[in-house]
Amino acid sequence: MKILVTMKRVADPDNANKVKISGDGTQVTSEGLEWKPNPFDEYGVEAALRILEDGVGSGKLRGEVVVVTIGPEEVTQQIRQCLAMGADRGILVSGDDDKLDAMIVARTMAKLVEKEQPDLVIMGKQAVDGDSNQASQMLAEILGWPQATFAGHVEVPEDLSSATVTREVDGGAAKVKVAFPAVLSVDLRIVTPTGVNNNVAAGKDYQEGPRYASLRGIMKAKKKPIDKLTLDDLGVDRTLQVRTVSFTQPAARSAGVILETVQELVQKLQDEAKVL
Amino acid sequence: MGNVLIIAQIQDGEVKKATNSTVTFASEVVSHIGGAYSILALGDDLSGQSEALAALGAQKVFLAQADGLDNAIAERWTPIIEKVVVDGAFQVVVSPASSTGKDVLPRLAARMGAGMASEVVEVVFSDGKLNYTRPMYAGNVNGTVIIDTPVEILTIRPTEFEAFSSTGASPVEKIDVPQAPEILGKIEFLGFEKAESTRPDLAEAGVVVSGGRGLKSEENFKLIEDLADLLGGAVGATRAAVDAGYIHNDFQVGQTGKIVAPDLYFAVGLSGALQHVAGMKSSKVIVAINKDEEAPIFQVSDYGVVADLFKALPELVEEIKKVAK
Repeated sequence: MKILVTMKRVADPDNANKVKISGDGTQVTSEGLEWKPNPFDEYGVEAALRILEDGVGSGKLRGEVVVVTIGPEEVTQQIRQCLAMGADRGILVSGDDDKLDAMIVARTMAKLVEKEQPDLVIMGKQAVDGDSNQASQMLAEILGWPQATFAGHVEVPEDLSSATVTREVDGGAAKVKVAFPAVLSVDLRIVTPTGVNNNVAAGKDYQEGPRYASLRGIMKAKKKPIDKLTLDDLGVDRTLQVRTVSFTQPAARSAGVILETVQELVQKLQDEAKVL
Repeated sequence: MGNVLIIAQIQDGEVKKATNSTVTFASEVVSHIGGAYSILALGDDLSGQSEALAALGAQKVFLAQADGLDNAIAERWTPIIEKVVVDGAFQVVVSPASSTGKDVLPRLAARMGAGMASEVVEVVFSDGKLNYTRPMYAGNVNGTVIIDTPVEILTIRPTEFEAFSSTGASPVEKIDVPQAPEILGKIEFLGFEKAESTRPDLAEAGVVVSGGRGLKSEENFKLIEDLADLLGGAVGATRAAVDAGYIHNDFQVGQTGKIVAPDLYFAVGLSGALQHVAGMKSSKVIVAINKDEEAPIFQVSDYGVVADLFKALPELVEEIKKVAK
């Protein structure tokens, strides 16, 4: 079985309040911030590994995990991070973020799917820079594949023919079974200790969160292949449908007052804020 | 002139307030581009919601009713919405940024070759185009977006638009629902597990009391619940509290969880990570209770109390009871 996992590099999400807007308001700059794999995409890599492992943390996969990205040459670094976790190889399609929209990303992935013929595509539910949450659903439609978005739990049968997915939705959880090939988008809870059950590595729980790369993993990753392609190689239509024409800083809330006692708080809420 | 189609949000048999907020947004769009707005609702049987939908001032209310539509399977909903959009020559399709809206509308956009903007918080009209403002980078940047396709698809953030109220009676049309497409053979709906809560919906509540890792245990979350119940509010949580198992993930407030904007928000025992703040910073009044005076949450709160929550919360409940008398 082959799983394609998409990965976008993003400016360190824990310092998203430090991104800057250029003077003319046409660009966001993240100078000084570290580039990281989009957290949800890292969860996607973790999910793919858990689906294919023949034992918890065994490192032996019952198939191949391919990490694909669109970005500048430097993204090889984040691809290597994913390869160090245990993915088999990478594909880097060169492209600039500001010349892409979700549909171009989805079209690019569709071309890669045509080329690679995976049984499953796993994507993070959203990139935490653009926060759009669109590409996986678009890809599923372009491919004519079923989608299971916002997956918090995935169970696959031993023969890897389908996935039973618990989707995190408003008001609770929706359970769906999708036959492969399919597109999954993963949510936070997929990396809890029991987020993936592949019915082979059953009975033992994973550690919370995406796995750390071992030293051996990092060494091995250096030798793993990364194919480099262009959007033209893939014949992707690059017409932007959605343009972000300017950026602004949202109005910040200002810090209020620190009160000494709970009594004072209640009095303020009642008399000043008038919310009690 | 363009027309706007609103996809109604219905949950537990109820037309959600988010739908009313979407109507307000649609009215704004119509004021810019002319035309009128209509509403489409999809479900197994919408006879119970028809009246509420007809009271939203729409030119028309379309009801798509067929077995299984309550399950909101994107592959099933998409061709139905597409048909209504094409038949009615709608230019803008908009839904609240609910989990269903987020799941279905991108699929619709790809199907129709239409551009899409997610979680729109503002719309203006400039140089003959609708300009949408949407938060990015966990709400630290606002992007202004223009869509260049004949049909524009949007989800909007309901907390940023007043809920429309009206007593009109729009004409209601039951549409012919197209047959389920073949792809439905590859997706099976197995069930819905409801996150049980007797409290108001987090997204609609006037008061939200949220707890973080500072609560230390699932049992201690009762302190949060007590305050919420006293004020008729909803309970929220940070990702850390959810990950620690104190509360179900449906109650997570933040960038990738629920976006809330109540009149009164209590942030208790939480530091104010920017991912959390992204989900609550539009609240009218924010109160923070944290024993660490350096906690970033105090930077966004109107009132802060530096205190041990295990002492402050019970005290707060007692004080509020006193003044309520």
